[in-house]
Amino acid sequence: MYNPQLDSDGNLKHLLTIEGLPKRILNQILDTAETFVGVAERDIKKVPLLRGKTVCNIFFENSTRTRTTFEIAAKRLSADVLNLNVGTSSQSKGETILDTVDNLIAMHADMFVVRHAQSGAAHFIAQHVRDNISVINAGDGRHAHPTQGLLDVFTIRRYKPDMHNLRIALVGDVLHSRVARSEIHALTTLGVPEVRVIAPKTLLPTGIEKMGVQVFHDLKAGLKDVDVIMMLRLQNERMSGAMLPSAQEYFKTFGLTQEKLKLAKPDAIVMHPGPMNRGVEIDSSVADGSQSVILPQVTYGIAVRMAVMAMLAGGTA
Amino acid sequence: MQLPNPETLLSDISTKILAHLANPELSENSALVGIHSGGVWLMQRILSQLKTAISYGTLDAALYRDDYSQRGLKAEIQPSNIAFNVQDKHIILIDDIFYTGRTTRAAMNELFDYGRPASITLAVLINRGGAQLPIKPQIVGAEILLRSNQSLQLSQDTRGKLHLSLETDDMSATNDLKASNV
Repeated sequence: MYNPQLDSDGNLKHLLTIEGLPKRILNQILDTAETFVGVAERDIKKVPLLRGKTVCNIFFENSTRTRTTFEIAAKRLSADVLNLNVGTSSQSKGETILDTVDNLIAMHADMFVVRHAQSGAAHFIAQHVRDNISVINAGDGRHAHPTQGLLDVFTIRRYKPDMHNLRIALVGDVLHSRVARSEIHALTTLGVPEVRVIAPKTLLPTGIEKMGVQVFHDLKAGLKDVDVIMMLRLQNERMSGAMLPSAQEYFKTFGLTQEKLKLAKPDAIVMHPGPMNRGVEIDSSVADGSQSVILPQVTYGIAVRMAVMAMLAGGTA
Repeated sequence: MQLPNPETLLSDISTKILAHLANPELSENSALVGIHSGGVWLMQRILSQLKTAISYGTLDAALYRDDYSQRGLKAEIQPSNIAFNVQDKHIILIDDIFYTGRTTRAAMNELFDYGRPASITLAVLINRGGAQLPIKPQIVGAEILLRSNQSLQLSQDTRGKLHLSLETDDMSATNDLKASNV
């Protein structure tokens, strides 16, 4: 089957979505990321791999954390980095996406990191660029956010190495979450036996069961004996109409508190992709508590993004 | 071609490394660094023969290779692990087969990102000839001249015993010939 993300030798060419990526590639990204964790712990946090390459972060939608971690990842690989917040530049003057991209290619860009509110934007750019240019999807609409999904899986693997023996719960706004989708694909591909989604009916996409997950509408029942709790952000800015009564009401039924955390396994880890709404989906005492691995997720996010860029940029000469 | 027994070569370079470390100036401030994978197997065997504790670490050097643009990143990289302070250390860098010298260059560059060593000595099981850089191993188990279409590999079995295997690629031999005719 043709996969636009792989070249003819089966190597990673673009990273657009985790869906359809073979287990071999997922494991290669995660294993390569282990190497880059070590690089960040040295005095000189830099390797010469992407020396002379230019990475363009094109963000048609704002995201400080994702852009910053991609920027730092590229810089630690010795690449030159261009950051474009297109929302504030030529697009507002009427330039099309492909014109923006063509202009950057004329400046000899080697890699594009693309964030866009429209699903499929990164895919569209990947089809347009020449063979020696790679595209990484940094979030497209409700569709996918593969590096976030990968860094979450990497974090889980670091704390719970036996992936074949895990019970993982994703809690909250699955409907608007591209992270949830990317993560479910990655977890099921890597052989995690039990993935649960816990959410009110209004925040679940129809047919979610077909992705191989168990659905719960009651947080307490869903958290019972899980190893990993992945809280999702309540995406206020993506909500249209009245899907929820109020943030306070949501916290009462779906917010993670110390008391509810006790229902999970005693050594369960708590994750959140950020930015957190404290007191809406997660209580501060849990977010800052001993079971939280929310900040390690950020640190590992850099290593995972370095691994993806390093796998994409080589072998093009 | 009759290949030497790698176990014999290992005990030979172990003896040479122990003699090297016997120099009182070096012994206090030395460290062993193995290059993945063969160099790490050799280092572990050498460590088990040392009577005194010594700092040690492992390097992959994949992130410093000069063929990244041509070949990309290899699929299986091992994390480097240098937990000691490299600054002012006398380092004995250990690899299995010395060929073009490019791996050694990459490993040295990586080491320098951890600190400025006082010196680096290169120890290898076999020097197969064909250096393309002004780099030469100081401690060598054996010298065996091989052609560019031959590939010499060190492997370790489940009991930890070392083995050498030699493969010849006849296709690339023809290509070499064609290239030299041009």
